[in-house]
Amino acid sequence: MIQHFLPHYPPQLWPPAASAMANEIDIIFVAWCVVLFFLVAPVFGFMAYCAVRYRAGRDVDRSHREARNLPVEMSWMIIPFLISLVFFFWAGDVFLQEQNPPPDAMVITALGRQWMWKFQHPGGQWEINDLHVPAGRPIRINIESQDVVHSLYIPALRLQEDAVPGRTTHLWFKADRVGAYRLFCSELCGADHSLMAGTLYVMAPADYAAWLKHAGNSPSLATEGRHLFVAYGCSGCHGPSSTVHAPDLDGLYDRPVPLQDGSIVVADDAYIRDKILMPKKQIPAGYKPVMPGFAGKISEADLAQLIAYIKSLGEGGEREP
Amino acid sequence: MSPSDAVLRDLHVPTPVIDVPDDYLHVEQSLSSWFFSTDHKRIGILYLFAITVFFVMGSIAAGLIRLSLIVPNGEIFTNDVYNRLFTLHGVIMVWFFLVPSIPNTLGNFLLPLMIGAKDVAFPRLNLLSWYIFVLGALFTVIVMIWGGVDTGWTFYTPLSTEYSNSYVILAVLGVIIVGFSSIVTGMNFMVTVHKLRAPGMTWFRMPLFVWSLYATSMILVLATPVLTIVLILLFADRAFGLSVFDPAHGGDPVMFQHLFWFYSHPVVYVMVLPGMGVMSELVTAFSYKRIFGYKFIAFSSLAIAAIGFFVWGHHMFYNGMSEYASLTFSLMSFIVAVPSAIKVYNWAATIHKGEIRLDTPMLYAMGWIGLFVIGGVTGLMLASTALDGHVHDTYFVVAHFHYIMVGATVVAFLGGIHFWWPKITGRLYSEPWGRVSALLMFLGFNMTFFPQYVLGYMGMPRRYHVYPPAYQVLNVLSSAGSTVLAAAYIFPMIYLVWSLWYGEKAGNNPWKAKGLEWTTTSPPPKHNFHHQPIVDFEPYDYPNVTPEA
Repeated sequence: MIQHFLPHYPPQLWPPAASAMANEIDIIFVAWCVVLFFLVAPVFGFMAYCAVRYRAGRDVDRSHREARNLPVEMSWMIIPFLISLVFFFWAGDVFLQEQNPPPDAMVITALGRQWMWKFQHPGGQWEINDLHVPAGRPIRINIESQDVVHSLYIPALRLQEDAVPGRTTHLWFKADRVGAYRLFCSELCGADHSLMAGTLYVMAPADYAAWLKHAGNSPSLATEGRHLFVAYGCSGCHGPSSTVHAPDLDGLYDRPVPLQDGSIVVADDAYIRDKILMPKKQIPAGYKPVMPGFAGKISEADLAQLIAYIKSLGEGGEREP
Repeated sequence: MSPSDAVLRDLHVPTPVIDVPDDYLHVEQSLSSWFFSTDHKRIGILYLFAITVFFVMGSIAAGLIRLSLIVPNGEIFTNDVYNRLFTLHGVIMVWFFLVPSIPNTLGNFLLPLMIGAKDVAFPRLNLLSWYIFVLGALFTVIVMIWGGVDTGWTFYTPLSTEYSNSYVILAVLGVIIVGFSSIVTGMNFMVTVHKLRAPGMTWFRMPLFVWSLYATSMILVLATPVLTIVLILLFADRAFGLSVFDPAHGGDPVMFQHLFWFYSHPVVYVMVLPGMGVMSELVTAFSYKRIFGYKFIAFSSLAIAAIGFFVWGHHMFYNGMSEYASLTFSLMSFIVAVPSAIKVYNWAATIHKGEIRLDTPMLYAMGWIGLFVIGGVTGLMLASTALDGHVHDTYFVVAHFHYIMVGATVVAFLGGIHFWWPKITGRLYSEPWGRVSALLMFLGFNMTFFPQYVLGYMGMPRRYHVYPPAYQVLNVLSSAGSTVLAAAYIFPMIYLVWSLWYGEKAGNNPWKAKGLEWTTTSPPPKHNFHHQPIVDFEPYDYPNVTPEA
């Protein structure tokens, strides 16, 4: 499913880094590993040595056993702690940088909701799940949530920040390397948490400008409706993998539908609209009236996109997996 | 008058001696003598039985999770079922296995024995605690299997209060009930340590396991009420629309996270402190040597309990919390690592110049130290603010806390069960099978969880049912390891139960270990000691000579 959103990556053991800060965090990580190795390995080695040398029954020198030694105990209490503090300050320094965006950063708004990311560019262009940004320019993402707690996580930037309903959080970055990188939701947000993923496209500034112009012509209503079909939970019953007995919507538009009362209606725009808002009004033959009505729960704009998507099904419209 | 009657009347003829064992296992045999027993040893056994059942349930859920993650496209379960599985796994393992594991089984059994008491301070409360635990936990598990909960064990709001379409209210109710069992047991242990020590058993003569139980009890008594409060608020939000955590009505979802982690971080130390206590006992017994730095280890338990209350914010560096709060919590998390490090260094020094016997409990102990240290140092990485921004909420965190909770708590639990098994049952288990299981545990555990560190650093978020195919190889490796781990759990269940009937009689002190619990018979009599013990020796009073074979 997710391949749908993502370009294909070969298997890898180290994540790609798209910014200088990501590289610095990698250096912190590797340095930490090295330091901890040298703090831990002697202890393991010492214990293994003792376990062999002082096996019960071996005749070795066991004189001068100690049960306490204050200077030794103080030293292994304090010295490793002081060494570790280097990493507290180093990581804290980078942390303060990532928490404080430069004032000239370009501002993009991210809105999280079950289960998609919507990104809005300064010029009003917006996109779902994918994010296009220019390379070499500081970018501040203001993050909001419409429902539950989400978290915008971009591994290639070594960064994440929660989307918390009721407040605006932010992260910022300056990506240097052009490429396509994954972005995820990393905070459990409900059933399709793991599908709330997309791609970050870091583009050369000229390409980004061209993209903005192109994106200015908003994507078609049907393309947007595809995401709403999931977001409103329609796919839970009407999706191909659903176990609920619900009508298949493929090729529904403009076809006659037999109803329970024996009459037949044609599935035109008005019918589809009515079925979304007041599904119990006209029950198709062979189905139970189990669908909840969306009257008052869906905006007109969303409704239009949803209808456009349902109309597109079965006539070459792209199916939501 | 027949001659036999004459014998009956002759008071000078000794009555025939019938060999009826008077140990706690045999003194009464009816079912009610178990289910209404106030004997701390029998209650310990009841707990052992209950948590083993819950552990098996939680493990099956874990197995299904690993099965599902073999394929990246999540085609084995639906997303909804997957979320219910890991919630089931988390809730059972945290509250119904890890928290009560060592304190309520080994702790219940050993605490009075180790300090020379007949029982805990409040034996009937002790039994009540078991009933609260079992009823609350069974209720929760039934709810979670029947309807399911999909919020994760963390119950983050507003997912749990408004958006989840699952049985959150009932599950939360069950967890609240189980919390009272923790509070009652914690209080019982603290009073027992204060009031029931045998003559001569001063604070600094107590075994370090008792020190760690005391520190654990402090956390249980102080932290659990906060969980109760936050879950009651959650309950009221969801059931009655109280809106404490609902931003649409002026509430704050982040407040839930603060309150939740104020309990849930200290409770990590509830899981690991008793394990550390077990380690101190095992390392000294199998090194046949006094422990190095007794007071440092004892006070480090208290330090962990105290400082552990001031690190909860390290779960929230990236939720918009003030950056200075984040740095403070980061620093506190670095500080809380110090007492843990002290213990590890002291155990290493204890082994030095000992008389090392690599029997099963010692193999578990050595494995424990390895796993705990890896889990601990990766915890330091997570406490490093900027680094946490990358690995927070990824498999790196999953690997880290499994190294602590499985690597440290479960391994210590198994090590302790093996060590005190002869005392608890009076029987010896099969030593070769024990060693094989201890080694399998170490191998299977690392195979399962080490790949998850790599997955996490590569950026795989946790709680992901569908994941990019690039992560598949490591996931398959992890799932393969979990089958080895499963074998390491199943073997002890078989050979330990087998030993109940066919094991060799253990004798009072098969390990030649020190400590009051080894001075009484195996299994101990109903009131623990035939004579009131008087303590006129120091803890871990091992002589400077090789034990006799």
